[in-house]
Amino acid sequence: MKVNRLLKYTAKRIVDLIPTLFLVAVIIFMITRMIPGDPASTMLGPQASVKEINNLREQMGLNEPKLHQFIEYLKDLVHLNVGYSYVYKRPVVDLIMERFPNTIILTLFALVISLVVGVTAGIISAVKKGTWWDYVFTILSLVGVSVPVFWLGIMLVLFFSVELGWFPSTGMGDISLGFSDYFSHLILPGVTLATIPMATFSRITRSSMLEVLEQNYIKTAKAKGLQARWIICKHALKNAMTPILTVLGMQVSSMLGGAVLTETIYSWPGMGRLIVDAINKRDFVVVQGTVLFLALLFVLVNLAIDLLYKVVNPKISLGKVAK
Amino acid sequence: MSDDSNLLSVKDLSIDFLQEKTAVRAVDQVSFDVKKGEVLGIVGESGSGKSVTVTSILKLLPENARYTEGSISFKSEELLSMKEKQLRKLRGNEISMIFQDPMTSLNPVFTVENQLVEAIRLHAKLSRKKARQEAIRLLQIVGIQEPEKRIKLYPHEFSGGMRQRVMIAMAISSSPSLLIADEPTTALDVTVQKQIIDLLKELQQKINTSIIFITHDLEVVADLADRLLIMYGGQIVESGPAKTIFANPLHPYTRLLIEAIPHGNKKSGRLPTIEGNVPSLSEIPQDVCRFKERIPWIPDQAHEINPKLREVEPEHFVRCTCYKHFWMKEAHEKK
Ligand SMILES: Nc1ncnc2c1ncn2[C@@H]1O[C@H](COP(=O)(O)OP(=O)(O)OP(=O)(O)O)[C@@H](O)[C@H]1O
Ligand SMILES: [Mg+2]
Repeated sequence: MKVNRLLKYTAKRIVDLIPTLFLVAVIIFMITRMIPGDPASTMLGPQASVKEINNLREQMGLNEPKLHQFIEYLKDLVHLNVGYSYVYKRPVVDLIMERFPNTIILTLFALVISLVVGVTAGIISAVKKGTWWDYVFTILSLVGVSVPVFWLGIMLVLFFSVELGWFPSTGMGDISLGFSDYFSHLILPGVTLATIPMATFSRITRSSMLEVLEQNYIKTAKAKGLQARWIICKHALKNAMTPILTVLGMQVSSMLGGAVLTETIYSWPGMGRLIVDAINKRDFVVVQGTVLFLALLFVLVNLAIDLLYKVVNPKISLGKVAK
Repeated sequence: MSDDSNLLSVKDLSIDFLQEKTAVRAVDQVSFDVKKGEVLGIVGESGSGKSVTVTSILKLLPENARYTEGSISFKSEELLSMKEKQLRKLRGNEISMIFQDPMTSLNPVFTVENQLVEAIRLHAKLSRKKARQEAIRLLQIVGIQEPEKRIKLYPHEFSGGMRQRVMIAMAISSSPSLLIADEPTTALDVTVQKQIIDLLKELQQKINTSIIFITHDLEVVADLADRLLIMYGGQIVESGPAKTIFANPLHPYTRLLIEAIPHGNKKSGRLPTIEGNVPSLSEIPQDVCRFKERIPWIPDQAHEINPKLREVEPEHFVRCTCYKHFWMKEAHEKK
């Protein structure tokens, strides 16, 4: 019965996503048309003749009125077709499917480090409030949230690849060359992408834990004779989870966005790079497709977080989440 | 002077709270004993130090609390110098505690079953299934209907009275030698209050547990407690066998508390209360009778400097000399 309600709720939420995605499609269509520069002439280069350019424009449908282009775009979307890239000479879906796993690997890797390290540091800070542990973690997380990603990336490369030569500075590893090659390529971009979320998780965990540790049920747990470690990991942490989840939702979304920067620094062949390249090449179709795809990801992540709230906190009813 | 019949013996216990740079004394030179199978009632208004006193027994006070002096011995073992590991073996096992606020004392994100089974399995080597059966049995004992069904619920699906019953079930799960009940009924309405007290009484007779029962309502402990401790401003102002105190209350505070008990025959609409407030810790007068300001119609000379607890009849102690000169203001002022 409960599972049934959960499914119904999820289905309703997914239907609710359609207007949001439609709006994203409209906005991204308008923005790509505002980028100065013509896709056809960018593609063909400065030597191309006006006629050649015009032919390509005709082929790409760029000579149609904007409104007409937009309607065609929407029609394709309804058929789940995100278009064809003239630059890559491939359907956009293929490009996304090729790049997306790379971005997911990077994001998941960064997410796992940031959650594990951030939450652990936050718990230690809270439990050892006022000790030097707490101060060190507090300072580190303050630095962490405020350091510019670009600068951090460059510093990490300079130190760990150029100076120490421990990790490669660009590209993605090849799993056929063994796990270590793959992993060593992942480290620097992973850490770069993880820094801000890690610091954020640490701070929110600390404050949330501090609040929870004051609660009466923690005293009850102590009075039962439970070990401090168990009280923290079971009774306190689950209660402290709600704000952590909120931040998790926001961080995952911004990490997907942040991947653009990180992937650029490390030449990581992910979605971020795809978008940046597509913008440079005025490959509107790819920009539209990838951005829409990312938007879909954002809203799905948020939906997942809402469902997780329910798991963590039995007091939250699905109806309330909907509001 | 170690007395074998004493389960718990608290001697000259003083507790300070550190606040910024100052320390305030919440419990001042408190001594009392609890014998096996006995019910000790601790009575006093809000802020008189009741919770701090009993929470100190399990060493569950917040971090800014300091045990400045005294001793707490349980079964002839000193608790104040005991290691955390040993203390854990006592907590919830030998000594259980029911806290003041049933609404917030259970963990909101775990089911009642989870929390009860956890408590049971902590001190008894039982399988999860056996522990669950035991949990259901306990819920039945504390008067929860349909325990098999209700055990699966979360605390927020229980009323305040039911939550307090769950807390009691949890507290008695290990058949403790000492049960500390800190105002277990204050947050509940009168009928539930009575049921809970009857339940505790019954349990006490069944498993011969000693109980420390805290309340700010003397009436509640009238037929429950064997002995009474009346506290004011962190000090004991009167103590002795319950019967003796009800028959012959001496300290002005006790007498006003007894006066405040509404009698069935003369319901006057509003409960009589004692005028004035408990002074806050930092403004408590240190070397004079702490109750002085609440009874301004009693002349200063009636009080003594540095009031002491005196045994005025066997086992009956009272603080300050003012009790000898005390008279009720209301009786005098009746126009
Ligand atoms: N953590 C703390 N820090 C500072 N002062 C405290 C702390 N805990 C309690 N106190 C003070 O100790 C005094 C006694 O508090 P206590 O909780 O023992 O009162 P009580 O008799 O249990 O009252 P109530 O009937 O309201 O429960 C109060 O003045 C309170 O302000
Ligand atoms: Mg209290």
